[in-house]
Formats: sequence, C-alpha cells, structure tokens
Amino acid sequence: MEIQTSTQPYEAAAEDRRLVKALQAGDEKVFVELVESLGPSMLRVAQLFVRSRAVAEEVVQEAWLGVLSGIGRFEGRSSLKTWVFRILTNIAKTRGEREGRSVPFSSLASDDLESGEPSVEPDRFLPDGDRWAGHWASSPRRFDAQPEGRLLASETMSVVQRVVETLPEVQRAVLTMRDIAGFPSEEVCDALGLSEVNQRVLLHRARSKVRAALETYLDEGETR
Amino acid sequence: MKLADDLTCAGLVELVTGYFDGALGGQGKERFEEHIVFCQGCDIHLSQMRHTLGTVGRLTEHDVDPATVQPLLEVFRDWKATQ
Repeated sequence: MEIQTSTQPYEAAAEDRRLVKALQAGDEKVFVELVESLGPSMLRVAQLFVRSRAVAEEVVQEAWLGVLSGIGRFEGRSSLKTWVFRILTNIAKTRGEREGRSVPFSSLASDDLESGEPSVEPDRFLPDGDRWAGHWASSPRRFDAQPEGRLLASETMSVVQRVVETLPEVQRAVLTMRDIAGFPSEEVCDALGLSEVNQRVLLHRARSKVRAALETYLDEGETR
Repeated sequence: MKLADDLTCAGLVELVTGYFDGALGGQGKERFEEHIVFCQGCDIHLSQMRHTLGTVGRLTEHDVDPATVQPLLEVFRDWKATQ
C-alpha cells in the first residue's frame, strides 16, 4: 500500500478517501496495512521526542487510538499521512514534556546554527590564490560506480544507520522527519518549532554528514 | 571556458539542499544548473547526494514488530464495537 504525501493532490486525495471510508466501515485489513505502512516511521519519529523505545511504542499505540477516535472528523484538508503524523507528534511531544524534556528543539538548534561548518571538507577544493580557487581539487567518485548492489547492501545500510544515530539531536530530528518519514517541510518546522530556513540548514548539514560517511565507507571498500 | 560567475564548487555544495527543495529562486536555480552542466565534479557530487537520500529513505523499510500489531487490532475491534 502506498501512502501518498500532500505533494500529489488528486490521486492521493482519492486514495485517502478510500482508506478513510474503509476504516470507518471497520475494515481490519486496511487498518493493518496502514499500521504496517506507517508504523516504522511513526516509531522513529516518536523516539525523537521520548527517551525509551518502550515509551515510544506506547506513544504510537496512543496515536492509533487518536486516529480511530478522530477518523469520523477527518476532512481531507491535509493528507491522511500528514494527519496521522500530526496526531503522533502532538502525543509524543506531550509525553516528552511529561518526562522532563526541558530544552525545546529550537533552543538546541541555535548552537548548531551558529557554527558555520562547511558541508564538505575545505581541503577538497583548491585554495584561495589558486587560479581555480574554490573548484574541486580532485573529482569525487560516483557512488553508483561501485560493484553492483553494494549501495543497497545491509552493511551499507548499517553504516548509514549509525551515522544518523550520531547526528546532533536536531539534525537527526529534521533528517528523520524529512527524509525517512517523508514529512513536508512545513510539518517539520511546525513540529520542531523551526523556521523554514533553519530547518533547511540543519537538513543540509545532516545530509552532508551522511554523504561524507557513505563516501568514506565506499572508498575504503575500493582500496581493500 | 568560464563557469557561472562567482559560483564556485565550494559555493555550490552549500546550495544542494536548497536546490532540491526548490528554494533557490529563478536566478539561483539557473546559476546552479549552468554550473552543473560544465562541472563534472559538481555533477558527481549532486549524484552522490541523490544516492545518499535514496539510502536514507530506505532506513525505515524494516517491518513493524508483529507483536505490536495484535494489541492494535484489539484497539481497532474495541473501537469498531463502539461505532
């Protein structure tokens, strides 16, 4: 089952209406498909706000309860997925606050935002004074030039998973919501209390770190 | 061959996320794309970023813990009974 985001209006709205109707009619199969489709991302997002996986699972369960309670009122003004995730993040935030998260994401972000780190190591580019200052000193290498399947291999995925886990907290939150859970940027800004611009800066840094880690990992493989 | 004025590779790599988000504005987008046409290094960098996004996007493809589905089905059935 493909859950559309709000970026594909017509077909997505029709699909959402079909799902909502089925749920309202008590269709268990549709409910389970929805749970299996959105569940993994919901758990990841919940874990951005609360401490333990066990609590995150409770939050997800509460969110589904909220979805069912509210499904009769869903009007389709946003996508079903956006609506479900909004319910989830509200519950997750409240739970996180009850657990004593005292520093809001927006405050955590300000340290990160103040440091002007470049997204690629400066020594990859020719230095000031050179005729071609600012251009690549040596060309990067294509990831898809790797032996077939390496990019998709589970070991590669583990490397990426580890990098994501070590990202500064707000970078990890933005990356998780945008690129793993597929939230549109307005939803991320709303959930984390960030401006569009700041959200993009943090996303850029997060993606850059993952790219750099992937590059290092794939390069190492080649020289073995 | 002159590349898009003032936009060096070091400058371009900072704009990639803005480019993907459609946030560079008309002129910014044009300069960005002109640079990519003439610069293989940046073209490859952009390709690396696309592959990175593809990989990150697959991180959630593990299955929902089946142990959590049954309790949710109970929740669903309870809710259904009240409709």
